[in-house]
Amino acid sequence: MSTITSSSPVFDSVTMLRRNFKHTMRDPVVLFNAILFPIVMMFMFVYVLGDGFNVGGGEYIDYAAPGMVMLALCYGMGATATSVNSDMTKGIINRFRVMNISRGAVLTGHVVSTVLRTVIGMAAIVGVAFLMGFSPSASFPQWLAVAGILVLTVLSVTWLTIAFGLAAKTPESAGFFAVPLIMLPFFSSAIIPADKMGPGIRQFAEYQPFTPIIETVRGLFNGTPSAGHMIAALAWCVGIGLVGYVWALTKFTKRV
Amino acid sequence: MAIEASGLRKAYHDKVVLDGVDLSVRAGSVFSLLGPNGAGKTTTVNILTTLLKADGGTARVAGFDVATETKAVRSAIGVTGQFASVDDLLTGEENLRLMADLQHLGRKEGSRVVAGLLERFDLVEAGAKMVSTYSGGMRRKLDLAMTLVGRPRIIFLDEPTTGLDPRSRRTMWTVVRELVADGMTIFLTTQYLDEADQLADRIAVLDQGKLVAEGTSDELKRQIPGSHVRLRFGDAAQLDAAARVLTGSTPDPESLALRVPSDGGVKSVRFVLDRLDEYAIDVEEFSVHMPDLDDVFLSLTGRSSAEVLVK
Repeated sequence: MSTITSSSPVFDSVTMLRRNFKHTMRDPVVLFNAILFPIVMMFMFVYVLGDGFNVGGGEYIDYAAPGMVMLALCYGMGATATSVNSDMTKGIINRFRVMNISRGAVLTGHVVSTVLRTVIGMAAIVGVAFLMGFSPSASFPQWLAVAGILVLTVLSVTWLTIAFGLAAKTPESAGFFAVPLIMLPFFSSAIIPADKMGPGIRQFAEYQPFTPIIETVRGLFNGTPSAGHMIAALAWCVGIGLVGYVWALTKFTKRV
Repeated sequence: MAIEASGLRKAYHDKVVLDGVDLSVRAGSVFSLLGPNGAGKTTTVNILTTLLKADGGTARVAGFDVATETKAVRSAIGVTGQFASVDDLLTGEENLRLMADLQHLGRKEGSRVVAGLLERFDLVEAGAKMVSTYSGGMRRKLDLAMTLVGRPRIIFLDEPTTGLDPRSRRTMWTVVRELVADGMTIFLTTQYLDEADQLADRIAVLDQGKLVAEGTSDELKRQIPGSHVRLRFGDAAQLDAAARVLTGSTPDPESLALRVPSDGGVKSVRFVLDRLDEYAIDVEEFSVHMPDLDDVFLSLTGRSSAEVLVK
């Protein structure tokens, strides 16, 4: 391997990514939360509760799969917030700060490792859903669109998570960010359609960001995408991502 | 000069932390900044290591300006802070490897440096274990080893032995002496007087953001009242009698003690005891006092270091 001298953001980011990857692989709780737990949830909803839900015809697995993908997205985020905060509060950042390295590499490492881990978790959910009888009628371009909107969602939620991790005072309080995030899919159209919910919650479910994202994915899987949902989903993603990104950078500059 | 600073000032809101600090550290020497908690030691280190901008004054480290040539300064220095900056979820070896990668040493050279440091710091066996299982002393050693990966010319050690057990402290001291033997410059901050006494070529005493003294350990000791013999008596009559026969002594009636100037040598001590014998004065307690840095601190700041630490 050739030696790269002088400060090199790409090289440093890869080094940081390798570090985060090792962290993930060594923490069974993170792996369980990000990959196994969503699968367990899917089993529970589809096999245990699924028959009790009226989702307007069709197999419940076909309705639930896109929601479960969102659940998989949310469950892994707490680990990222905690680990970003640990980096800032447990001293290692001070070492990086006095070294001649690209400072953004720390964040890039977290973003890329979180996106990769989450995408793997979501792919696992889709794979298991197939084994459970999931039969989408999406065409190849529609599959690509599903992948696109999901990766965009992961990226925007990741930046928001990193901002929370940077803003929190302790790793414990950073991890707490995951709690409302995990609850959010339950108050969306992930498990049952929003119009089946009670007053108040129904309105919340209709207007919160995850519903249009889930509806877009569901529509694409069914082969009947709705432009309205898609525009709303894209707008939410860009909005959340932008807020997260700007907030994260502001906090990072302040701390580093 | 490895480090030169003049008139460093720093204030947080209206609390002045550094109030015009001048420093100069010769290359290849150990310089110790001595002071109690809150004296401004860490702030000084942070300014010299480019982590913090000074409000006033200038500083050059390894010949580079810390405010305008931060990159050049960073490539010349290594910093080991008060709290070990190690990655708990990696092994010792992986921590060193991470540093080698961030210094762009390349695969081969990196492996060589990492293996060498594990050997040197007696961490070969522990190298494969997760750092979260390390003791405090091992973490500090690893921390310092990580600092050395980039082969810095100047090393800043911010309270390197705070919270360590006596044995780990001694190991740390040995390591520091080896680094100096290798020609590195060490900037050491400590609140332990014996540590500065043991390691430093020059000591600067920092108190409330100001340098109150600077010099070698011996020079500092010379600045304060010299060594003395302390005698304690059974009653005031004996004390008075002793004070009469030992010229130049200072009695302390409250504790029935007498302080007699003396260089602490056998001859002068024998003279004192002979005189007392001659006049048949009984001594209850006898002790020889050599000034230590604690006395220096007390006489310079008007407070004992213990007092300051408790506060």
